[in-house]
Amino acid sequence: MNGAIMNGYVALSYLDLAIAALLVLLNGALSIVFRLGLERTLLLATVRMVVQLGAVGFVLKFIFAQTSPLWTLALALVMVAIAGREVWARQTTPFRGWWAYGLGTATLLFVGTLATGFAVGLLIAPEPWYGPRFILPILGMMLGNTLTGVSLALETLTTIARRERAAIEARIALGSPRMEALSGAMRQAMKTGTLPIINAMAAAGIVSLPGMMTGQILAGIDPVEATKYQLLIMFLLAGATALAVLLATLAGVHLLTDERHRLRLDRLHLRSDL
Amino acid sequence: MLRVEHLAVRGLAPISFELPAGRCLVVEGPSGSGKTSLLRALADLDPVEGFIFLDGAERREVPGPEWRRLMRYAASEPAWWGATPRSHFAPDAETDRLLAALGLSRAMLDQPVAELSTGERQRLALARAVADGPRILLLDEPTASLDAKSAALVEALIVGQLQAGVGVVLVTHDGAQARRLGHFALQLDNGTTGAGDPGHRPTLVTNAEGQSCQS
Repeated sequence: MNGAIMNGYVALSYLDLAIAALLVLLNGALSIVFRLGLERTLLLATVRMVVQLGAVGFVLKFIFAQTSPLWTLALALVMVAIAGREVWARQTTPFRGWWAYGLGTATLLFVGTLATGFAVGLLIAPEPWYGPRFILPILGMMLGNTLTGVSLALETLTTIARRERAAIEARIALGSPRMEALSGAMRQAMKTGTLPIINAMAAAGIVSLPGMMTGQILAGIDPVEATKYQLLIMFLLAGATALAVLLATLAGVHLLTDERHRLRLDRLHLRSDL
Repeated sequence: MLRVEHLAVRGLAPISFELPAGRCLVVEGPSGSGKTSLLRALADLDPVEGFIFLDGAERREVPGPEWRRLMRYAASEPAWWGATPRSHFAPDAETDRLLAALGLSRAMLDQPVAELSTGERQRLALARAVADGPRILLLDEPTASLDAKSAALVEALIVGQLQAGVGVVLVTHDGAQARRLGHFALQLDNGTTGAGDPGHRPTLVTNAEGQSCQS
């Protein structure tokens, strides 16, 4: 409506936001007219979204203003910790003890650092290299995708190990080492973990216009330049997801078995036990 | 020779026994008395305290997969990871010989596992278990779902293994079979009546040969 044009980018006014927020009322009206009983949930979700995103906006603004490697590192670690918790929260049968949380977090920490370091340190190479404007969004995208892959791989691995316990133990009893006894479960876990990113690559540009590219175009970047950035990100995501899925699956197999190559389903616990 | 010392199988008092090569130990007891747990512990499939020596080597000195190549556990309900039995066998003359000895045809190797009868699956699993020549066979009710003719073939195979020097630990509910094959018996069901008893107290009885095995 009345946005100031700076460098091709159109800033939104708070009035713009308020008008857009009216659309949520449509959702509320639907709930009331058809007695869906969702009004309270809708109100809560809307308020949460505004508060959460607002808070993130101010935190990022603060950290961007510092351009301090320490502040960037601190926020990056918080992001990894939250992503690691999310991996745990998505498991039907997480591992017992410290590994329940440590497995996903350690994988994401390693792969997130590697992929973000590769992208920011070698490819984009901004000045200064620790500029939070580059590191944090790229780390966020890496974590978001690898956590999906890792969650799916671990969930598949533990589900198959529980379902196919008799067949796996038959192989172990016949003298197979753990990697061989669990090879079927491992293959399925890695396949399930990497399929989403492969599907996302196949659909990119036709079915979906990736969020980052859309954002850059809205911010006034040349679409071809935005595409180049998006391709870089997709390649990174494919590599990072594959590496994370491989590491998490191998670690999962080692946690599901012991040094005597026994299957140790007692190291898992059902959510209902919690 | 198999020597077991203070093996603390869950729910049982510690078990100790010796089994010379070419001998058969029959494990007897009601359902749930820990017979399968004992066989699984011997194959090192569950973490259990105590010592198991095979030809002088304690199980912890031997890598797990190598231990299970020597101490072969055959479950009462065999499981299969391939769609057909073929991938579970090495393509060699020994496989053919075993299948013939158990009254099975080679064509069964390429039938879907689900289409084989329970008895066929049980005999195929026994062939799979003895094919690579283990030192000890841990057999959990190997004739439970077999007719008399097939059961006789299985017993003949077990006798052949014993004659070749293989030690056998046999769980069976068939008393006549226990008398035919067993040189020793391990009872898992007596001494269980007292309150606060930690579990079934196993005793080892010897047969007519009079070899004592209880330590």
